[in-house]
Amino acid sequence: MTDISDLTLAKLRDALKEKKISAAEATDDYLSRLEAASELNAVITLTADKARDMAKASDARLAKGEGGALEGAPLGIKDLFCTKGVLTTAGSHILDGFTPRYESTVTSNLWRDGAVMLGKLNMDEFAMGSSNETSFYGPVVNPWRREGDKTPLTPGGSSGGSAASVAGHLCAAATATDTGGSIRQPASLTATVGVKPTYGRCSRWGIVAFASSLDQAGPIARDTRDAAIMLKSMAGHDPKDSTSIDRPVPDYEAALGQSVKGLRIGVPKEYRLDGMPAEIEMLWRQGISWMKDAGCEIVDISLPLTKYALPVYYIVAPAEASSNLARYDGVKFGHRAKDFDDITSMYENSRAEGFGDEVKRRILIGTYVLSAGYYDAYYLRAQKVRKKIFDEFTRAYEKVDLILTPSAPSAAFGLGEKTADPVQMYLNDVFTVTANLAGLPGASVPAGLDAQGLPLGLQLLARPFDEETMFKGMYALEQAAGFTARPDEWWA
Amino acid sequence: MAIDKDTVRKVARLARIAEPEDRLEPLAKELSGILGWIEQLNEVDVEGVEAMASTVDVSLPLREDRLQEGDTGGGQPDNVVANAPKTEDHFFVVPRVVE
Repeated sequence: MTDISDLTLAKLRDALKEKKISAAEATDDYLSRLEAASELNAVITLTADKARDMAKASDARLAKGEGGALEGAPLGIKDLFCTKGVLTTAGSHILDGFTPRYESTVTSNLWRDGAVMLGKLNMDEFAMGSSNETSFYGPVVNPWRREGDKTPLTPGGSSGGSAASVAGHLCAAATATDTGGSIRQPASLTATVGVKPTYGRCSRWGIVAFASSLDQAGPIARDTRDAAIMLKSMAGHDPKDSTSIDRPVPDYEAALGQSVKGLRIGVPKEYRLDGMPAEIEMLWRQGISWMKDAGCEIVDISLPLTKYALPVYYIVAPAEASSNLARYDGVKFGHRAKDFDDITSMYENSRAEGFGDEVKRRILIGTYVLSAGYYDAYYLRAQKVRKKIFDEFTRAYEKVDLILTPSAPSAAFGLGEKTADPVQMYLNDVFTVTANLAGLPGASVPAGLDAQGLPLGLQLLARPFDEETMFKGMYALEQAAGFTARPDEWWA
Repeated sequence: MAIDKDTVRKVARLARIAEPEDRLEPLAKELSGILGWIEQLNEVDVEGVEAMASTVDVSLPLREDRLQEGDTGGGQPDNVVANAPKTEDHFFVVPRVVE
């Protein structure tokens, strides 16, 4: 039979149920692949012993004909999810040694369904970044390379470890989070499927907070079906998160393969950017014609406020972050400076030593826009523009069922290529950030390769809590694209 | 609006981040660049628009006012201080605050 690591999550799940493979075998296989892939730097903490214990328990349940929806499936967990008894860093030096005494709701849900944790995955520090280069643990390297070129490329960010490990078949699937595009942009850059559900669909409890009104957990997986399986387990109401929504979680997998005939697909003209590679424009057109061939109705729409979404984000997200990250003060957990004169300098030195440059930059911006005299001009204005962007989507969804756009404005770029200018880096999220501001579900599906052999994704956005229609559309795109390319395993 | 060195010093102080004197000027430049780009928001007419803090359109749920059990419940001082850099008898230890 084929290698275990070549099986999708869905096929692995079925093989485990039929006892063709044991959870212990699958776990050992993935652990050895992870160990051999250290060049990708996708993992911060490998939890091999815990994984083997969990796999053993899964095999015991499977032997009795029991077991949950993910029984025995080895997963990678973004290091933003608190895991009981396992180091949780958020990619930051300031969380040195932080070992939570509790488990995040999303990961609890996965363990409830029988999944196995392989390890904690690398990420941009506090999820602030689009290239994984802000991680204290060093950048993740994309398994994909340009054809005939060994330049190390970014897997995107902030969920770069999740995207790279799924693309490199180092885990069956991974958890991720998305505040401005941190699931969808890395998915696009690594030919994986990334789903950011509606705000409120997954509990934020136990996820290290970045920008609370925007943060949302979701899966990065090999294909649409795997993403549907993952999301069903991850999602659900949680009284411990007051913004979590109490409504039933549908069987997303059941939506796959349902006809998309008659679905109205919106194509927003404002997602066509000056200087965007022609290949991305062509792929977008290709995506439009795939949906048309599948029986969808294509509707040209206009979302004129699109260009203001990123500036709104860079007020709202840093403002919320400056407040959320106030808790890192060297008192309750994490790093405390050795040298200080009094309590204020202990705070100041601990934070100066513990935070990286991008995190400091965003805390300073957030503090500035919330400070007396600037609050109205920046923060309040940004919240009002946010409302207008939200209303613009609400109006668009009166005419269309889904919106189709490119996922990211470029393919994977070289490490170090965009670090000089923060605003250039921020532009990576130009197509994804609108969904966070409006709380909408969005997903990236691999759709093609550029001339250099690098993957490009297409994004689908849906109405709030209409992930089922989104999954229907994603599956149709995936079927039409027939994307099968894989990176060479140069790291093994 | 461009921000200067003194403003950066003040904001860093508010944020409790020690920034060395020679970082203030480069930071002022970086932050001014970002804020300059953000200022395109002034082009948008927001007259009469309500500010949106959350996309979740529900009032916050209330629970009964009694001690919770489990992770969010009380009575677990060991867990509360487990990750602190310095503790004593379930207290966080910090430098002297009151003379």
